[in-house]
Amino acid sequence: MVSTSFTPIASLVGGALIGLAAVLLMWATGRIAGVSGIAAGLFPPYEDRQFPGRVAFVAGLVAAPLLVRFVTGSLPAQTIEASPAILIVGGLLTGFGSVWGSGCTSGHGVCGLSRLSARSLVATITFMAAGMATVLVMRHWN
Amino acid sequence: MAIPFQFLIGLIFGLGLIVSGMSNPAKVLNFLDVGGIPAGTWDASLAFVMAGAVAVTFTGFKRVLKLARPYFAERFYLPTRSDIDPRIIAGPAIFGVGWGLAGFCPGPALTALGFGSVSAVIFVASMSAGMVLARFIAHLPSLTRFVTPADPLDT
Repeated sequence: MVSTSFTPIASLVGGALIGLAAVLLMWATGRIAGVSGIAAGLFPPYEDRQFPGRVAFVAGLVAAPLLVRFVTGSLPAQTIEASPAILIVGGLLTGFGSVWGSGCTSGHGVCGLSRLSARSLVATITFMAAGMATVLVMRHWN
Repeated sequence: MAIPFQFLIGLIFGLGLIVSGMSNPAKVLNFLDVGGIPAGTWDASLAFVMAGAVAVTFTGFKRVLKLARPYFAERFYLPTRSDIDPRIIAGPAIFGVGWGLAGFCPGPALTALGFGSVSAVIFVASMSAGMVLARFIAHLPSLTRFVTPADPLDT
């Protein structure tokens, strides 16, 4: 494992930017900024007419590092230790679970908790616990 | 105007993921690694991401939801369910395992594509397949008789 440093200020500021985006999306479109819902809606069946907006939002997510690199000349550290096999299994579970549970870290964790939703609180506690249990097994089981 | 605006919102969201450190799976995994607390390798930063995001969203939503309607839409589309069904536990439990394996949740995985990493491409392709599969199963007639298929935007 790669050790990372504790960055409370940067993380708080970054979190506030995520919150700002969630508030702006609600103000503009009246919808929850849930990335799993937005990403899943890029694929058929199409049940509403939000497709272009979803493409634009996801394009913005992908463009963010390009903007950072253009402005600052470099990108912050990104360390992905998982093997291709782990990435495939992790991706499948992340995609399936977030849609099956109607949301992920952004939809339930940020927007749902902010709306004081009991369902989102249950979901957030569950995925945090499952994530912690998984890392515990992967790193400390021997 | 709504479409370029949504691009801008995605951009702000992505910048938040990068600035906060969420776009770095190593940081996410070190946060989830509560077993690393005794050794001092636990990285508590992500709790601050959550705190910052919820603080802004909580106050912002209160103000925005007092408006008669959103700027580009006729009405607000808010989740209305409040029941705790098996899916609201099973889904996040499955997602949490995936998150703990690779250190990516959906937002940071998409932003990671812009870092140009092959690992992110593999993860996003697989995540997309998982999403399509979940929606396909939720729409099977045998299941929809018993459970209402969740609107992907419903939380």
